[in-house]
This record gives sequence, structure tokens and C-alpha cells, in this order.
Amino acid sequence: MRTAITATGNKSDSLIDTKFGRCSFFVIYDSETGSVEYIPNPFVDVEESAGADSVKLLSARGVKQIIAGDFGSKIKPALDSLKIRMIVIKDAGKKISEILELLEKNK
Amino acid sequence: MVHYLCKELSFIIIMSPRIKKLRKVLSPPPVKGFKPYGRDPEAGRAPEVTIHYEEYEALRLCDYDMYNHHQASVLMGVSRPTFTRIYASAREKIATAFVEGRQISVEGGKVYFDSDWYECGSCGSFFNNPERETRVESCPLCGSDNVTGHEPDSQAQPDAEGYSNEYCMCPACGYQIEHRTGRPCSQEVCPQCNSRMRRTGAPKYRNRRRGER
Repeated sequence: MRTAITATGNKSDSLIDTKFGRCSFFVIYDSETGSVEYIPNPFVDVEESAGADSVKLLSARGVKQIIAGDFGSKIKPALDSLKIRMIVIKDAGKKISEILELLEKNK
Repeated sequence: MVHYLCKELSFIIIMSPRIKKLRKVLSPPPVKGFKPYGRDPEAGRAPEVTIHYEEYEALRLCDYDMYNHHQASVLMGVSRPTFTRIYASAREKIATAFVEGRQISVEGGKVYFDSDWYECGSCGSFFNNPERETRVESCPLCGSDNVTGHEPDSQAQPDAEGYSNEYCMCPACGYQIEHRTGRPCSQEVCPQCNSRMRRTGAPKYRNRRRGER
């Protein structure tokens, strides 16, 4: 299963990004192959609908769950209808490596 | 005055229909539609009847879960009259399908699917369950089974939704509950007689709307 994590940078010791649509990077982790991919978010600086476009981008890549600091009110229904699970981590100091470790352990 | 009229007229000319509110659907139907059987083959295939998700949901809440229109409208996040309209349309379509022996398909509509939220006790994360049919037993992040249900609305904005010293009152039986700020009284349903609540002193508010200050 593919999991997307919002990140502030493209290194494994970067922190989780508190916003979803305008986060700097998406980390896509595939639990079957164990591959980790960092993709820069193309919608960081767009005027509007960054969230909806990010949802499209991630669902096109087959992501089944998304980990972020928070999700906006328009994103929640969109993800619900796509049956993508949302995981909210309120702790903004969490590193990507820590989250990946948890996911790998829970495989 | 003329200027005002012009403004009003131009407004009427370019007026587009009001955008529909999103209706909340708690559980989508288990099938995509229904087919009639035993139809006279010579009569040919009749076109199918399309029921929207919100109409299916209205029918489910009213006739399967036995909620009244007030309660069901609160659950779907629309006003009571809107709910009644959706429900009436659902019944009309189903009756058409029955009488004319037409196929029913459930699709489309202005809806969003709502899901339940959970909190993990060991890693402190919150997550939802997009598959309503399956039960949540462990945290998707850390795999711990220390998972409890979580109401996002009650904790997400503790400042926005609090109790004030005002009351919502049931106009039918006089039952009172404390008013919650940020939540219109008309969204509260009286637990005793199921009618809509109203703020205490509401007649004043009604007069103001009619312009009798």
C-alpha cells in the first residue's frame, strides 16, 4: 500500500509539514517494495485549489493513505469520496525518518 | 433610486442559480442499482431511472433508520425543507421505476462521504476510516491496538464552539438546553418532541427580519 507524507524538505531528517495542499514535498512510501520517493509539490505557490490539485496528484499515483499535520475542510470530503485514509499527526516536530520507521515496523 | 433599480435589474439578469450545499452521506449503497425481472421482452428496454446518492441517503435515513425529517436533515447537513424535497424526489423516482418497470441506478448528486475519526493512544495520531464496512482494530501508523473513537468537531475548535450563558428553547414543549456558540439553534433538535429549537427571545429576531425593528 502506498502512503504519502507531507514534508518540509527532501531529506529523511526533514520534519512533517503541518499543511497539506501547500507542503514543500510529498514523500511516497510503498510498503510492498519498501521504496521511498520524494516529489516536490508543484502547487506550493499557486493562488487557489492547491489542496484539490494535490489530492489529484496523489490519487493518480495510487496513494491509499496520507499523513499530514492537518487537512483543510475541502480536502476531507474529497479524500473521503476517494476512500483515501487521512492520518493527522499534531506533533510538528516529527521527522520523516521516524514516521517511515513506524510504517515499516507496522507492515 | 434609479441607480438602485438598475443595480437590482442587472443582478436579476446575471443571476445564476444558488449553488447547492454539499449533502453528507454516511453510508453509500451496497449496490450500484436494481434491475426489474420478468419484463415483457416485446415491450423493449425502458430507460433507467437515476437516483442520486443524496436521495438514496434520504430514503435510508427516513424509511430504514426511521428518523424524522428534522433529525435526518441534521444528519445530512441540509435544512429541513431541502431534506423533504430530496426525499420527495427519491420517492417519486422509485415510484416511476416500479410502475413503469424501469431499472434503477444510484449515482451522482451533490454529496460528500463522511467517515469516523479515531485517535491512537500510543503514537498520538488521529486517523479516519474510509472503509465503513471494516472495523478499525489497529492504528495504521504504529500498529498499536490502543485506538479510541474521536470526534473531530468537538475538539478541533474548542474556542469556536463553547457554551455561552444563552439558551436554545423548544417552541413546542419549552425544553431548554444551553446554547453553543457557532451552532445555530435551528440545528438543534429537541430530545423530547423532535421539533427544531429556537433561541430564547427569538420572536424579537423574527420581527427584525420582517423589518419591524
